[in-house]
Amino acid sequence: MTAYQQPLPPAAELEDSVLLQMYYQMLRARRLDERMWVLHRQGKVAFHISGIGQEGTQIGAAFALRKGYDWVYPYYRDISLVLTLGMTPRMLMLGLFGKKEAVSSGGRQMPEHFSYRPSKLVTISSPVGTQIAQAPGTAFASKIKGSDEVTVVCFGEGTTSQGDFHEGLNWASIHKLPVIFLCQNNQYAISEPMSVEMAVKSVADRAKGYNMVGVKVDGNDVLAVYDVMREAVARARKGEGPTLVEGFTYRPVPHSSDDDDRTYRSREEVESWKKKDPILRFEKLLYERKLLDDAKKTEIEAGIMDEVNDATDYAMRAPYPAAEECLYPVYGPLP
Amino acid sequence: MFMQNNQVNDENMREISFAEAIREALAEEMRRDPTVYIMGEDVAEAGTPFKVLLGLVDEFGTERVVDTPISEAGFSAIGVGSAMTGMRPVIDIMFGDFLPLAMEQIVNRAAKIHYMSGGKLRVPIVFRTTLGAGRRSAAQHSQSLHAWFSHIPGLKVAIPSTPYDAKGLWKTAIRDDSPVIFFEDKMMYSLKGLVPDEEYTIPFGLADIKRSGKDITLVATSSMVQVALDAAKKLEEIGLSAEVVDPRTTWPLDKKTLIASAKKTGRVIVIDEGYEQYGVTAELAAVIAEGAFYYLDAPVRRFGAMDVPVPFSPVLEDQTIPSAEQIVEAAKDLCAV
Ligand SMILES: Cc1ncc(C[n+]2csc(CCOP(=O)(O)OP(=O)(O)O)c2C)c(N)n1
Ligand SMILES: [Mg+2]
Repeated sequence: MTAYQQPLPPAAELEDSVLLQMYYQMLRARRLDERMWVLHRQGKVAFHISGIGQEGTQIGAAFALRKGYDWVYPYYRDISLVLTLGMTPRMLMLGLFGKKEAVSSGGRQMPEHFSYRPSKLVTISSPVGTQIAQAPGTAFASKIKGSDEVTVVCFGEGTTSQGDFHEGLNWASIHKLPVIFLCQNNQYAISEPMSVEMAVKSVADRAKGYNMVGVKVDGNDVLAVYDVMREAVARARKGEGPTLVEGFTYRPVPHSSDDDDRTYRSREEVESWKKKDPILRFEKLLYERKLLDDAKKTEIEAGIMDEVNDATDYAMRAPYPAAEECLYPVYGPLP
Repeated sequence: MFMQNNQVNDENMREISFAEAIREALAEEMRRDPTVYIMGEDVAEAGTPFKVLLGLVDEFGTERVVDTPISEAGFSAIGVGSAMTGMRPVIDIMFGDFLPLAMEQIVNRAAKIHYMSGGKLRVPIVFRTTLGAGRRSAAQHSQSLHAWFSHIPGLKVAIPSTPYDAKGLWKTAIRDDSPVIFFEDKMMYSLKGLVPDEEYTIPFGLADIKRSGKDITLVATSSMVQVALDAAKKLEEIGLSAEVVDPRTTWPLDKKTLIASAKKTGRVIVIDEGYEQYGVTAELAAVIAEGAFYYLDAPVRRFGAMDVPVPFSPVLEDQTIPSAEQIVEAAKDLCAV
């Protein structure tokens, strides 16, 4: 899984093994995510918020980055992104259960508020959008240090109504910072459709107001996202400034385990988008290119289910934090 | 579990939930006064994530139950701007933890406009939000930040603990000409209690004795009232009679009732779910110490949330909230039994 640590060529020139890696990463995230819903329904975990349907955008982005070198602010749907950038199914499951060994925080942070220092993944705050203005700060530091590392920050389209979005993009553009704003537009902010959130048709259009490159891409087309992100990353690394990327996609599941999406959208709408699922679509392409067939798919699925089962069993057996762990680390160590 | 209230007649009472009481209060005020409107995220069709406002949009339409973009600072400002013209907005901030995003509008604008305009501009706005941990939602969905607002002259702060109080205080909040921050315990929405059929309001600054007793006073707010009542029951079993006093609003504060109860029992424990450091418990303890010093047999004890960011893991989170057992132990200690 090191193939994609180096800058990779455009999608059209990607090696077969990389395409299959992309497929594996998408499918693994999907199966793990589905298991998390099941665990919630069984009453085994308190909360789950899902990335189902957004794997195309996330994997396209992940493969354009240098793992462990670039900074990433994932948001709560970025299961496939963080799995590709170095987190493991066990880590995510441990976080879901709030177990001691969970790398993001030892059970302190909510599930899906990912952080993992070795992969330079920064935890979000539950109040949405505050990371959008922090990311240019991280990129500002890279620039000062003379590093060519790039910062990517993820968020939903609804969150672009927050002031942090304006302040972050303005800053990034003034200073030509190496940061990519990756908006995962799934067309809803909990119950609110895009028409309630903004008067523009596309989030990427807003880039104009900052004299920044803005690109809208079909977020369910993993290779299209990859190409757009690849260019944005190259631009950032060369010091040519930030990019706003909008991956247009859909959330076919409820907002979170607390949500009932039947109160605000029709089943027909949901079903029609399920047909455009990014994994189904990529699978079709791989079949057409003869990179995948039923036997191979079954084999990949089986391997993934072993990983998912292992992560589930491991996390369920793992101990909770000890009571006194509640008390620290509120503050950093003394100088 | 519900509280009888002395002033009301049992015959014309119905049992409804905390959430229903809030919804009724808002619906009645919206019917009575066309200037009242609600604005926030997911308030219309979704009726908020906790479903408290469910159905209001059907009666009042999307002109008066307004879904906003995700922009707490923005729609709080919109609320303040409209309130100055005589509208009575209810600004819904989904979680109390998101109030910091709207702090400029609440603390520097809403709270001060009346004074800074020599009383010529009013801001009759209510910020509706939640407090309380225990829901496994970690550090930025579980805080009880009502102390911050109680600290600011110009703001009023309501923190009801029963359906009856919630309804009566909500109606007062909407009619009040000053900005009010209204905190609802998110774990309490399904709590049932008796509420009269007829119209009533509860004035701000009037504490309620939820249970009378003579050996020790438990002053408790919002989410902690049930915990205090629980502790009182356990204390009764060992022969200690605890009085439970609920201030119902942290500002204005009914100092008189608190001090009178402290004078009567001579021993006081204050319980509130905000952080203990510099918290509501400190203010209430100081009020009691000042007002009842010569009557107290022991220093006032206080229990707040543990001074740590609220952790997610159930085993960690549960310890951060004051418990009935802790209060019982402290009460036994104070009463030397
Ligand atoms: C400041 C703030 N306001 C409200 C919320 C509640 N909330 C959580 S997710 C969400 C919707 C976000 O929508 P979007 O940005 O489109 O992302 P999506 O969940 O659709 O991926 C809201 C309103 C929050 N977490 N923080
Ligand atoms: Mg969205």
